[in-house]
Amino acid sequence: MNDIKSLRKKSTKEWQLLIQPDKPVIFIGTASCGIAAGARKVKKAILENLEKHMLDAKIVEVGCIGTCYLEPIVDIVIKGQPRISFGNVDEKRADFIIRKVLVEKDLSKTKPLGHLGPESSNGIPHLFEQPMLKPQVRIVTKNCGIIDPENFMHYLANDGYTGLYNALKSKPEEVISEIENSGLRGRGGAGFPTGRKWRACRETESEDKYLICNADEGDPGAFMNRLLIESDPHALLEGILIAAYAIGATQGYIYIRAEYPLAIIRLKNALKQMEEHGLIGDNIMGSDFSFSIKIKEGAGAFVCGEETSLIHSLEGKRGMPRTRPPYPTQSGFMGKPTVINNVETLGTVPHILRNSSSWYRQFGVKDNYGTKTFSLVGKIRRSGLIEVPLGTSLRKIINDIGGGTQKEFKAVQTGGPSGGCIPAELLDTKVTYESLAKIGSIMGSGGLIVMDSDTCVVDVARYFLDFIQKESCGKCTPCRVGTRHMVEMLEQICRGEAGPDILDKLESMARLVQSTSLCGLGQTAPNPVLTTLRYFRPEYVEHVQNYYCPALVCSELIEYTVIKEKCTGCQRCVSVCPTEAITGPRSEPHNLDPSKCIKCRACYEVCRFDAIAGNAIIITSKKE
Amino acid sequence: MKQILRIASSFVQEQNKYLNMTKNEAAFAEIMEGHPQDESSLIPLLQKAQDEDGYISSFKVEEIADYLRITESEIYGVASFYSQFRFTPPGEHSISVCLGTACHVSGGETLLNTIERDLDVSPGECTSDGKFDLNRVACLGCCALAPVIKVDDEVYSKVNVIKLNDIMGLYE
Repeated sequence: MNDIKSLRKKSTKEWQLLIQPDKPVIFIGTASCGIAAGARKVKKAILENLEKHMLDAKIVEVGCIGTCYLEPIVDIVIKGQPRISFGNVDEKRADFIIRKVLVEKDLSKTKPLGHLGPESSNGIPHLFEQPMLKPQVRIVTKNCGIIDPENFMHYLANDGYTGLYNALKSKPEEVISEIENSGLRGRGGAGFPTGRKWRACRETESEDKYLICNADEGDPGAFMNRLLIESDPHALLEGILIAAYAIGATQGYIYIRAEYPLAIIRLKNALKQMEEHGLIGDNIMGSDFSFSIKIKEGAGAFVCGEETSLIHSLEGKRGMPRTRPPYPTQSGFMGKPTVINNVETLGTVPHILRNSSSWYRQFGVKDNYGTKTFSLVGKIRRSGLIEVPLGTSLRKIINDIGGGTQKEFKAVQTGGPSGGCIPAELLDTKVTYESLAKIGSIMGSGGLIVMDSDTCVVDVARYFLDFIQKESCGKCTPCRVGTRHMVEMLEQICRGEAGPDILDKLESMARLVQSTSLCGLGQTAPNPVLTTLRYFRPEYVEHVQNYYCPALVCSELIEYTVIKEKCTGCQRCVSVCPTEAITGPRSEPHNLDPSKCIKCRACYEVCRFDAIAGNAIIITSKKE
Repeated sequence: MKQILRIASSFVQEQNKYLNMTKNEAAFAEIMEGHPQDESSLIPLLQKAQDEDGYISSFKVEEIADYLRITESEIYGVASFYSQFRFTPPGEHSISVCLGTACHVSGGETLLNTIERDLDVSPGECTSDGKFDLNRVACLGCCALAPVIKVDDEVYSKVNVIKLNDIMGLYE
């Protein structure tokens, strides 16, 4: 333990040198999203500029703070100034900012997002005064975008492993009680009390017990786990150690999606650092607790988010679920007692052990204590990853944090393919496990996909069912065959081939699949259909009665037209049209032959995005 | 004389191929030995095999079956369950189009259709010249930058039909 104590002192000094440095420090956000937005190129540009101006600066790669719409994000600290953040930094802007901040020492035209220091300087507000960040309460994401995820000292300097230290000083039962008192519930979506799960496993007698971290984030449209692991891997690992100590496990597994290569690299790096500092292996921190962790890459199957499927997959089998009981806490991996927790659940645990359960209970509402992360994406102005106390209303999340939608708001989808579409009139719903279930959706792992008037809810329901149908493992008939039938019905509706009587058939099939499927995947699969039928029935009726798609999405029900007055005759659409449906000489309005048009949308996009095109191609309903 | 040379060179080529194969085989045997000889090693070994060859070859399936003492059909049963594994060689470049929810509502499908048409290839297949293979992927986790596509290891964000053209130009 002494080793960690002396290291902590050293790490605090190192951290102080980064936030109050002698020579400039530049932080660049390089999580997957930052890289996709161009962070690597920005880093290169910054290095070139430093060389050009003959400046000496330290570059630190950090994770993502969650304001993805501002990526790439760069922070700069110079002597005597707090850390200052800049958003949307492309190569050109990097050049400008380096010159202004480091050479001319003039911040006036650099449009900073805010500072991260203790007090304001030059009239720049604190970064957390940003409208997207202000309403948030950041516990799990505390370090995200702030520290270097590959630097052990950074984590240590920010109270890292103090939760584990406190846990190892107490008895395992006391740790479990503390988690029970905190009211923490599973953040993977089902909301089972974490402490109760741990106790059940603790009380099952067995020589070997396992702890599995479910990082197989399969919900399309959700990336909370990826971001946390890429930005702060030690938080998860500390949580795993605490959980393992509490339940008495000797071996842990992290089951992570292979689609997250950077997260895997950062986890492996963090595990290596733990080994170096005696935080894994025998007698951790000088205690009699011994534990090791293996990383297992998932091979791509949505159903493996279900715990019994995940166990089968770890055992090298097809990832198919089985009936419960026995629950994994009695008989799980290799037939031994096993606890499976989600990344966010485990990432929260160190904070509770650090600050106490009563501290954690001050956030959230009754029976739903603490915070939850959400990936706020879709047709929203400010997209990214957010963390809010449970009980926050959807309206606050979408309007205050997300800045609302550009076009008219239509629905928000929670819980991925297992969740539901929530309409505008229910936006005052508070986000809790129970209130979302009451309106037909689920909390899920935290995907919030916002839809506007350009989104067709029937098409969205078809999309989710198609996803589920492809991912159904095929073990039980209701899910295997029922979802297939539902997809076919939805396709007929989208193609304008179904009459009004199909809606009742669809609904009764949905209820059947919901009530008779074996596992959570099948039982929740009909939710997108049932909620859209419940809240957006008129839109379905338009499809089956008038063969009209109000959002102009369903391709069989729409047609493309060129508005002659607007067309600049630029021929861009002619060149992208794959079927030669658009013709016309340069500088003259083009013709679109509907009989040849396959509605691929290519011309529409070109006409909308290309600078010289006149936004002349419009989509209209066939019926109009 | 020329003919003899040609035969000799083809013989050398053949032999090199054989040598490479045995070298490959030996390397894989070594990799396998690092894994316990039970079913729990199956998925990691399949992943290693795919890392090496880009796909699961029937040759590797035989090797793994021998090592783990399970049948080849059991291996195919497991491998075909997971979307990560492919059984045909990949193209020179791999294109993945993200069709997660955020990408779906922002036009991921349009991108997929455009690539399918431009390259004359269906998802899960490889172009006839072996240059590109095309895949649908459920979510790459870059939802805030939707729609995204991935070519090899590079992720491109906020793609539209025009940007797609520029991106494809980089690989042609």
